Amino acid sequence: MSAVTYVFGYTGRISLNALYALARICVLINDTLNWTFIQPLRGKGLRWRSAVEHFVQFGVNSLPIVGLICFLIGGIMAMQSVYLLRAFGATQYVANLVGVIAVRELAPLMTAILLTGRSGSAITAEIGTMKVSEEIDALEVMGLNPTKHLVVPKFLAMILAIPCLTVLGALIMIFGGFAVTVWVVGLEPDVYINNTIKSIKIRDFATGLSKSFFFGIVICLVGVYRGFQVRGGAEGVGHMTTSSVVTSIFLIILVDLVFTYLFFF
Amino acid sequence: MSYVADPIIEVRDLVVRYGDRTVLDGVNFTVNRGETFVILGGSGCGKSTLLRNLVGLMRPYSGSIRINGQDITTMSDQERVEVRKKLGMCFQASALFNSMSVGDNVALPLREHTALEESTIDIMTKIKLELVGLGGFENYLPSELSGGMKKRAGLARAMAMDPEIIFYDEPSAGLDPIVAAGLDALIRKMQQTFNLTSVVVTHEMASVRLIADRVVMLLAGRVVGLGTLDELQQSEHPFVKQFFERRPDDESDNREEFIRSLTGQDND
Repeated sequence: MSAVTYVFGYTGRISLNALYALARICVLINDTLNWTFIQPLRGKGLRWRSAVEHFVQFGVNSLPIVGLICFLIGGIMAMQSVYLLRAFGATQYVANLVGVIAVRELAPLMTAILLTGRSGSAITAEIGTMKVSEEIDALEVMGLNPTKHLVVPKFLAMILAIPCLTVLGALIMIFGGFAVTVWVVGLEPDVYINNTIKSIKIRDFATGLSKSFFFGIVICLVGVYRGFQVRGGAEGVGHMTTSSVVTSIFLIILVDLVFTYLFFF
Repeated sequence: MSYVADPIIEVRDLVVRYGDRTVLDGVNFTVNRGETFVILGGSGCGKSTLLRNLVGLMRPYSGSIRINGQDITTMSDQERVEVRKKLGMCFQASALFNSMSVGDNVALPLREHTALEESTIDIMTKIKLELVGLGGFENYLPSELSGGMKKRAGLARAMAMDPEIIFYDEPSAGLDPIVAAGLDALIRKMQQTFNLTSVVVTHEMASVRLIADRVVMLLAGRVVGLGTLDELQQSEHPFVKQFFERRPDDESDNREEFIRSLTGQDND
């Protein structure tokens, strides 16, 4: 009897908690969209300066590391492709492979994962610390909306920064592949460039960019959600920052799968 | 000092629960306009929870809180923003925004809630900082200030919108006696200069004696004493007496029980 109650109680608690979490996430999404797109039209204003500052922080300052990683990944991808394609004597198709995969898949994914580590964690830590030191309460008592003041600037900056970074990352990744293929494998530069241009369609860019846009939403909202969940002191901030990065990467892969499936046909 | 009874905050049958645990249980009191009202009690008696309810950071389980006649427990977010423009709050750890300078902290509510020119806001910020004795510190970051200065800056920020009521959460916690006394004097000065209503949560008897007009005393979520300090000192309630006499809990009765709880034989 007690085992039965235990099982039912356990499942019930888990499902209830999941439902509460879902409800809180819906409220967060609703609030964020409301304060980003609807309230500014009603004359409530947007914190542009803060959004620009965050854009610099998330976007411009991430450029060196995103560029470096994308360049290296491009090179690695080219070498692996050459290894496979050499058997068929099709080395010139390395350009197609690297180009399409970079634009459709790896550039959005690598950028998103880097931004999760770099900016998603920073969002959680910032909001979490503000929560611990009662700064969020202070905003509310002043009659200032925490979503408007803290979430919206980050949200705007993120959804604008990540597609830009993705495009630059894709170009650098293709250049990384070019560098390896031309200087290491010894393919003609013109062949590589021509094949790249021929193989990449607008549709590929559309896939990559729409993906990265949704990755940006995931990174920002997970970061914010985990930040507001912080309880206790410094330990809580650390715990939730870890959790933010893990959740974010998991959801990014999940969103990636869904989008790849949608654009597969 | 004498007052015309003019209630500005009315708390009726306030019940607050965290899950199954009742933290405040039927609290009733009124704060009159222009007085310094102290919420007194031991640690964990629910005084911080009461304060969070008064400023609307938490919603009670039942009961009502009226500020200027409006019940803040049932109003919409929009209406609450309007009420909050007339409230100021000083947090225990001052809760200054660490990413902004002291001046920007004070200017923030003015920039967001008023259509004043930046030059006017600048002047007002300077006036508020001067008022709390922090003139010339507007370009410092909160991390560059000492604990007492942070509290003063927090007070300047709370005063920015010229509020009617100001709430203080443990104003002298973590400060040395001299700085704490300075803050008490400041609380008194604010109240007298601007006819501010002040609600102070504290457990420091020394500062209660200096600033309090009336006191409410809480024990385990219930009101055990309400009135002026003199009235409370006449109280026959054992906890109130113990609190004022600064006596520890009687341990002798519990010793046997304590040993039993250690050996795990308390159920026999």
